[in-house]
Amino acid sequence: MATRLSRHGHEVPAQHHRLITSPMSRPPPSEDILVRIRGLKFYRGQRAIFDGVDIDIPRGGVTAIMGPSGTGKTTLLKLIGGQLTPDAGTIEVDGQEVHALSTRELYRLRMRMGMLFQSGALLTDLNVFDNVAYPLREHTKLNPSMTRKLVLMKLEAVGLRGAHQLMPSELSGGMARRVALARAIALDPMMIMYDEPFTGQDPISMGVLVQLIRRLNDAARISSIVVSHDVAETCEIADLVYVISNGKVIESGSPQALHEGGGEWTRQFMGGLADGPVPFHYPAPGLESDLFGESA
Amino acid sequence: MDWLAALGRGGLAVSARLGRANLLMLAMLGGLAELVRRPRLLLEQLMSVGVLTVLIIAVSGVFVGMVLGLQGYYILSRFGAEATLGVMVAASLVRELGPVVTALLFAGRAGSALAAEIGLMKATEQLSGLEMMAVNPQHRVLTPRLVAGILSMPLLAALFSMLGVYGGWFVGVGLLGVDDGTYWAQMQSQIDWYEDVGNGVIKSVVFGVVCTWIAIFQGYDCVPTSEGVSRATTRTVVHSSLAVLGLDFVLTALMFN
Repeated sequence: MATRLSRHGHEVPAQHHRLITSPMSRPPPSEDILVRIRGLKFYRGQRAIFDGVDIDIPRGGVTAIMGPSGTGKTTLLKLIGGQLTPDAGTIEVDGQEVHALSTRELYRLRMRMGMLFQSGALLTDLNVFDNVAYPLREHTKLNPSMTRKLVLMKLEAVGLRGAHQLMPSELSGGMARRVALARAIALDPMMIMYDEPFTGQDPISMGVLVQLIRRLNDAARISSIVVSHDVAETCEIADLVYVISNGKVIESGSPQALHEGGGEWTRQFMGGLADGPVPFHYPAPGLESDLFGESA
Repeated sequence: MDWLAALGRGGLAVSARLGRANLLMLAMLGGLAELVRRPRLLLEQLMSVGVLTVLIIAVSGVFVGMVLGLQGYYILSRFGAEATLGVMVAASLVRELGPVVTALLFAGRAGSALAAEIGLMKATEQLSGLEMMAVNPQHRVLTPRLVAGILSMPLLAALFSMLGVYGGWFVGVGLLGVDDGTYWAQMQSQIDWYEDVGNGVIKSVVFGVVCTWIAIFQGYDCVPTSEGVSRATTRTVVHSSLAVLGLDFVLTALMFN
């Protein structure tokens, strides 16, 4: 297999995006694509975070974007949400080109998107109830009684109705993310983006979040984009997985297809293998020469 | 040639920061209309930026006035001019010490708190969260703080000067025996409403704009890490203090010829 050096000096496969098809991952019809990314290029200084990325995210499913730390997964969500501007390429959400929209149009589009940040991003001076009520109070003219009912329903959906009077500082990490999830669904968005939802969670919280993401996706008929490097949890709920590394999409397909038919690099990543195309050892001169050579 | 390149890079970085600061100011001014519709946001910030700074301003004002009373009496009594103690205390406070010391204290107390608060909101993704909820964080979070800072500074400076005058009175009249009537009468006749008080107010408004702008910009522009927030708070105090002292000289030169 052709390989090239990563920025860390590791050998990785020369990246041609492979679509691994299986009965579960047939390409959806064009009108069923919610987010369409074409030729995306994004640089930080001289470093290419994305170098010609094409991604299609279908409606109604859970799509996972996976890859090692530092590959720009969170950056991708910020690009989709219009918080960052690409250096080249286009991103369409529900048929609207995100970076061609005026500020007003972009804000209108964002009202139909929810985002769950890694930290939860709850407003620390507001309690749980007011955090969830915030988007409703900002963007709707509902009376206080209706707002209260809606907030309690959203909190009920994430199992935290009883915690509505707590402050964010009184919540555990998992609870904070569930409150943030309730806030993200407050306006009944068409899609939710999850930024590393499982990082740093205990097994119970992780299980709760995994179930919530899938359940909310199916019950509310929304589309979910999950950015994560927690392979097992993400594959448990994802319909479609994109694996990205070194600025490119390496492979995509259903979790099962990637496990079974993925390339060497993907198999190492999905299986969490210590050695493989990404070697265990950082490139170095031979051990013998290092130990007994001139520099010793 | 390395030093030249470093100098160029430094110059470009400073220019870029100044540009970002100006753009941020424009963005905050764009939120004024929204602030008129939501005065509650301003009231909350007036509490946090202004009212919570009152204690340190009040205590400092009293002590600065007392020191002025002591020092003034010591010098003026050499020339038999202790009757003008009230004028000296009031003029020093209203023209210079009131606006300048208030601005320095404001930068240390409210400015650093503003920078840290906004920096932490950035580090904990609260500002990004607002953006993704289709709420403009510059209008919702920053503009109320800017306006609260600008409104608070002249009021705090007035409080500082008033309590300083009473501190000077306590020492001069209460402890050192200066005539009570002379203390106030001299002050009333010699202190000019426009020349002294008006110019002091203008100074404190300018300092209010500068200190709050610096604090907000440092917080908003910081590297979103604990170290970045810490650097932002330090920079806020250092830059604000230097800006206040530099601007004070320029304004004094312009106002009093």
